[in-house]
Amino acid sequence: MSGILAAGLTGLSGLTLALIASLALGVASGLLGTFVVLRRESLFGDMLSHAVFPGVVAGFFLSAWLAKEGWVENAKNPLVILFCALVAGVLGAVVVTVLGNTTRLKQDARLGIVLSIFFAGGIALFGFGQPAGVQGFLYGQMAAIDATDLRLMLGAAAIVGVAVLLFRRPLMVVSFDEGYAHNLGYPVTWLTLMFSVLLTMSVVVAMQAVGVVLVSAMLITPAATAHLMTDRFPRMMVLSVLFTILASVGGTLLSGSVSDFAAGPVIALCATALFVLAYVFAPRHGLAARFWHDRGQRQRIQRENVLKDIYRVLEREGFPAEGATVGAFEAERRLDREGAERELKMLEDAGALIRRNGGERLVLSEEGWRQAARVVRNHRLWELYLTNEAAYQADHVHDDAEIVEHLLGEEAIQRLEAELGFPKTDPHGSPIPQPSAPPIHTTS
Amino acid sequence: MDLLAVTDIIIPTKLLVWFGLACFFTALGCSQVGTFLVMRKMSLVGDAISHSVLPGIVIAFLILGEFGKASLDSPWLLIGAGLSGLLATLLIELIHYRSRIKQDAAIGISFTSLFALGVLLIGLKAGKVDLDPDCVIFGQVEYLQGYPRVEWWGLEFPRPLVSFAVVGVSATVVVAVLYRILLVSSFDPSLAASYGYFPAVVQLVLMGLTSFVVVSAFQAVGAILVIALLILPGATAYLCANRLPVILLLAGVHALLSSVGGVWLALSLGINTGAAVVLAGGGLFSLAWLFGPVDGVVLRVWRRRAGVGLEPLSASE
Repeated sequence: MSGILAAGLTGLSGLTLALIASLALGVASGLLGTFVVLRRESLFGDMLSHAVFPGVVAGFFLSAWLAKEGWVENAKNPLVILFCALVAGVLGAVVVTVLGNTTRLKQDARLGIVLSIFFAGGIALFGFGQPAGVQGFLYGQMAAIDATDLRLMLGAAAIVGVAVLLFRRPLMVVSFDEGYAHNLGYPVTWLTLMFSVLLTMSVVVAMQAVGVVLVSAMLITPAATAHLMTDRFPRMMVLSVLFTILASVGGTLLSGSVSDFAAGPVIALCATALFVLAYVFAPRHGLAARFWHDRGQRQRIQRENVLKDIYRVLEREGFPAEGATVGAFEAERRLDREGAERELKMLEDAGALIRRNGGERLVLSEEGWRQAARVVRNHRLWELYLTNEAAYQADHVHDDAEIVEHLLGEEAIQRLEAELGFPKTDPHGSPIPQPSAPPIHTTS
Repeated sequence: MDLLAVTDIIIPTKLLVWFGLACFFTALGCSQVGTFLVMRKMSLVGDAISHSVLPGIVIAFLILGEFGKASLDSPWLLIGAGLSGLLATLLIELIHYRSRIKQDAAIGISFTSLFALGVLLIGLKAGKVDLDPDCVIFGQVEYLQGYPRVEWWGLEFPRPLVSFAVVGVSATVVVAVLYRILLVSSFDPSLAASYGYFPAVVQLVLMGLTSFVVVSAFQAVGAILVIALLILPGATAYLCANRLPVILLLAGVHALLSSVGGVWLALSLGINTGAAVVLAGGGLFSLAWLFGPVDGVVLRVWRRRAGVGLEPLSASE
């Protein structure tokens, strides 16, 4: 099988190989990246990528030795290298766990310690003999990948892809709620170990593409980008794989003109560029979307506050049929003429306000009345709730109600009313209006 | 013994002293700053900064090159590195606070991006920068021999050694001066805030210090292993002591022992100096892990056997 694969791969051009490698990278690191990012273990992946390095170097030595002894035909046997890498990666993960169980060092320090000692071990080992090919793992070799490397990447990616597909549910449950996984009877320890093994495999794939340091970029950045784009886990996985492939293909093509070394960094920067786009323009979680949403909220609150003050003026004057004066409105809002006009124009534009007598008299439209009455009702009900149920002093409840009045939904209000026994007045004695009732003053 | 043999002995000894001093000064500064990173659970922010300073160094180097003054011991490299280190912390905060991305992912995104940018710049300007990807990964203490010498009290040193010493000693002095502020803000942020030590300012100062010590460490052991110089001394000392002054002192001792041991290991085995220093430091850490007087494995087992750990409980009842 792998022989056929290798034969099929040898005839292909460098660029085609790189594009196939991008697919492998997308499946391997894109899929597991989503778990890593959601489990908040991004830096665990970083640790693994460094801890795997001595294993890779040892794999090269072992593979060369086995070839010399005639056990394997290739001095750079992918299976041997992958196996040694897995041993080193799992060993690193185990040391981090054991350090956690036996010392008071925190996770961050433990990761840093294992990462650096393992990597230093790898570099020291590399010093004895400097096997050719290790460089590819150190700096990435997307632009110079050959059929043997690709076989390793495809094999590891296929295992990762199939395992995640088959064990998606248990892996998900273990990742997000270990206690629940216990209750379901899942073998939690084995699943965690399996996750470490799969992650190590995807790290080996990513190392070949972008090098030791930038493995983290491949694991984290596309998955984080996907996290900004969607709230659903399966969709996040698909998007993460897509973004990884996109960054990898884009980076490989772009870097072709620079140099072989540049492929890894350019791929990482392409992933960053995608992240920046999502950071700004993502539909719900992007900066722009949130800015518009916040702006809409601020405008609604502002509008409701102005309407409430007009209601107060009307109420104080006994809801005169000809409406409130602009002067009284200015006094209530503590504004000058210019500021008052700006706020009134805002309400007019929203269709909540009608101005009579050359603009001197203010009357609420039906919609404006409904909104004003709703806010005033929310405010007064909340004040009542705080004094009656939460034992606040009547003169301490206003500021709190100023905030909550904009946040209460219809359902919450109904429950509040029922709880309070459908009151007619607030703690200060002012009547609580009903927005469903017709306006007290006529707008005709 | 003829004259030739004597010089044969003298030259390695001198090299040994140079390498050892270079590593020690670097590790000293890192150990003092890094101890606070460990205490504040920010070890990986240190790792992020150690990768993120790369573009700053390269850009400063390129600008210096335009003026014909490119040299790896220029103070401008420190400034460039400091700026890009601070940029990294800024990016982390920006991503972390302004979106739903958690801090760990924010750290990963920021440092990989900046590091990639640095490596790309090196690749683009390959001819103009005598930084190469190898020295980013492996460090280059070995190149000390190639630098111009300065004379001091009749002894000669390579020039970068002087800047390593300045960085290491001044970082230690700054930590000593700011000791109280760092102590209080690391262990009781609200008390620190009530003293008027603004947490954000302290954080910024610590990040600035980290960038500062990271640059020379970067040259000595390479980007990837800087984290070892930052964290290993503090972590080792933390397993051996409870009081912060003692921890800082032990971290300094760890820096000294791992530098000397590492250089000896490197010269005798013929391996990369940076890696050897880290391995020596790792060996010390393992010793502390096993035999540490506060948190050592052996001690724990012994205590459990002897039931010593139960005593305070019964005494309080």
